[in-house]
Amino acid sequence: MSDDYLTDALRNPRGRDGRAPDVFRRGGWVPMREYPDDELVDFVIVGTGAGGGPLACRLAEAGFSVVAFDAGAWWRPLEEFASDEAHQEKLFWTGERLCDGDNPLKLGTNNSGRAVGGSTVHFAMVSLRFRPEWFKSRTLLGYGLDWPLDWQDMWRYYTEVEQALKISGPVRYPWGPKRPRYPYRQHEVNAPGLALARACEAMGIAWAPTPLATVSAPREHSPPCVYRGFCVTGCATNAKQSGLITWIPWAVKAGAEIRDLAMVGRIETGEDGLASGVHYHREGEWRFQRARNVVVAGYAIETPRLLLNSANSRYPDGLANSSGLVGKNLMVHTNQAVWGTLEEEVRWYKGPPSLSLSEHWNYEDSGKDFFGGYAFMSQGPLPAAWAGAQTGNHGLWGQALVDEMQKYNHQVGLKIVGETLPQERNCVTLADERDEFGLPVARVTWSECDNDRRLVNHAVDFMRRGLEGIDARDIWAEADGTAHLMGTARMGSDPATSVVNADCRSWDIPNLWICDGSVFPTSGGVNPSETIQAIALRTANRIRELARRGEL
Amino acid sequence: MKLIYPGYDVLSKRHSQSWDEPTRQVIDARLAIGGAPRFLNEAQWQTLDAVCQRILPQPIDRPPVPLAALVDNKLLNDRGDGYRDARLPPLRQAWQLGLTALDAEAQALDGRGFTGLTAAQQDALLSAMQRNELKHSVWKSMPCVVFFSHRLIHDITSAYYAHPTAWSEIGFGGPANPRGYVRMGPDSRDPWEPMAAKPGAQRKAEKRNRHVG
Ligand SMILES: Cc1cc2nc3c(=O)[nH]c(=O)nc-3n(C[C@H](O)[C@H](O)[C@H](O)COP(=O)(O)OP(=O)(O)OC[C@H]3O[C@@H](n4cnc5c(N)ncnc54)[C@H](O)[C@@H]3O)c2cc1C
Ligand code: SF4
Repeated sequence: MSDDYLTDALRNPRGRDGRAPDVFRRGGWVPMREYPDDELVDFVIVGTGAGGGPLACRLAEAGFSVVAFDAGAWWRPLEEFASDEAHQEKLFWTGERLCDGDNPLKLGTNNSGRAVGGSTVHFAMVSLRFRPEWFKSRTLLGYGLDWPLDWQDMWRYYTEVEQALKISGPVRYPWGPKRPRYPYRQHEVNAPGLALARACEAMGIAWAPTPLATVSAPREHSPPCVYRGFCVTGCATNAKQSGLITWIPWAVKAGAEIRDLAMVGRIETGEDGLASGVHYHREGEWRFQRARNVVVAGYAIETPRLLLNSANSRYPDGLANSSGLVGKNLMVHTNQAVWGTLEEEVRWYKGPPSLSLSEHWNYEDSGKDFFGGYAFMSQGPLPAAWAGAQTGNHGLWGQALVDEMQKYNHQVGLKIVGETLPQERNCVTLADERDEFGLPVARVTWSECDNDRRLVNHAVDFMRRGLEGIDARDIWAEADGTAHLMGTARMGSDPATSVVNADCRSWDIPNLWICDGSVFPTSGGVNPSETIQAIALRTANRIRELARRGEL
Repeated sequence: MKLIYPGYDVLSKRHSQSWDEPTRQVIDARLAIGGAPRFLNEAQWQTLDAVCQRILPQPIDRPPVPLAALVDNKLLNDRGDGYRDARLPPLRQAWQLGLTALDAEAQALDGRGFTGLTAAQQDALLSAMQRNELKHSVWKSMPCVVFFSHRLIHDITSAYYAHPTAWSEIGFGGPANPRGYVRMGPDSRDPWEPMAAKPGAQRKAEKRNRHVG
């Protein structure tokens, strides 16, 4: 087929022969340092997404030898990203995963990626900070548990991420402590975003243009966003500041090697009990890379899967698992929405999907019958995604579906990113089925708890009144959405109740680190990637500091 | 069916600034899918085709989107979604079992199989499936409602709304690289977006829509 070249990256590794694809120039290459398998490199990093990308970059800049692996492809956005939802599924983790529990998750397009750059290649770019109190939610808010991190420390790393990615945002952000101005000006708010603004005004609460990781003005190799609206299927212009066009090229420039289409199947430990390297599958064969340190950054399903899969006689329950918590406390964000139609034309496919938001219920603690918070955002699903919402709990088919879809250009919606509580029964375990590498696939078990349900009910009720306040018609609520994955290797201050410490270093094996969404002890009511990146930058700093003190 | 965007064909933008080469390749390949089944057997294919007509009824005055062929293509390529409700077997098996069971269920009803039923009977059977009320032994291990929502309507509707014909029907601007959009506010249309027909102004919209691009 003539479109074969568009999937070439899925078949042929590109980071090899001393070079890497230049994502900014058609057909271009940049030199890349390479390390032989038998060289004892300072750091092997498994996964190149929001956690692994910035870490690889900063560690290489600090002079460490770094090899980062990703199971996914190394794309050239300018040449290989079509404006098409179905084709772009090539960016997602489409390997099999089994989902059960009372509320089996829908993963795939909605949850995780497999590519150099990880899920940031197709994420929606919403770039938010945690509410400071969430880092001490047990002590200050009475639920969940405290993080071992200090919010003021995190505030500095958030600023560093926002500067590095040239986040476009409003001059004044209405919630939380003062923060510096966003490096780039806010984006124009589109019609669905303005509908959210009017709904908030009707309800008497604040709203803001969403801080986004896509540039509102030219930046070096990035043109400003052209509002084409295909962001969650990958940005073909390079306006989006994904890991693929930021941390990864910077890492390569600083001397890191990135191995694409390289699936790590097992972490090896030596006689001293320390991690000694990783077994990985690339170009049809299993190979072994030696390393002084191994960092796992595969996101909250693949990270525990790899740790559990690496069980051996010394660590029969998997690596870093003396607490028994590897794979436990899987959290998602509830992603419920309220939809309605307006008299006016909205044409919500234009622009990034969430150009405005309200964090009111993240910062307001009274008037709630639940713990935790939620943000809600304006929406702009593309046709297939929108049809997916209709066939979910709305259950439409036949003429009713066709008729409903005809209202596409008048549709508006408000959707939450809702905090869920950590529960041990929500977990990632290994199933009997095996994937194409012969590795057990992940079984993902998730059930909501009463608190999660109360939060959702509150949000749906509030947003419904918001839409009524702007005279939307045919209002209905989508009940079963979830997004984002967190918590299966939580950080903490006590080895008995956590997997890693504040530096993302595992308690059990001092040269094994975990640096991605799985270290979250609680989920907060905002999208996680800015926090994951801030943690990665902090971890890189801490590693440098520990190395300087001879404590690595 | 009365068209909201008369005269609009998203494919007329194929050579405009809204389409790039990768997108043209991808859409061309999709439009080439059709004809006979390459994965399902004849009986399953006939049942699927009849199911598609009920799940997504199409107007008769334009070429239909070949839904059964698109679903069959997904099965041929074994294109999974990246997750599977643990109550379902893998993609191909789920469809084969589901279609065969649905047909058997129809046979039991009046001996003619799903394609032999009237549209109303077919709808009744599909509704029963959605309400989890079917009785065939297959549904003991694969609840029919799970098959219905995760496979049947999911795979058929996502195939439909990935097709340019559906984009034209709902007034979606379609592919949008490199030009993107400029007019972002309410009630504002870029010249390369379709115009909805206001009452009594069908002709005006049709004229505009013929020159969209
Ligand atoms: C559609 C969508 C929209 C989103 N929108 C937003 C948003 O607007 N804002 C926001 O903050 N967040 C958003 N997110 C979530 C965000 O993208 C993720 O939370 C974040 O990228 C997770 O970072 P991570 O490093 O933990 O994992 P990822 O970024 O997913 O990276 C993990 C990488 O590890 C690789 N990997 C895993 N296991 C292995 C292995 N064994 N061997 C080799 N490689 C492996 C994977 O291929 C993957 O590339 C969105 C997610 C999706 C799916
Ligand atoms: S809307 Fe902007 S960020 Fe999104 S895909 Fe288009 S150019 Fe990229």
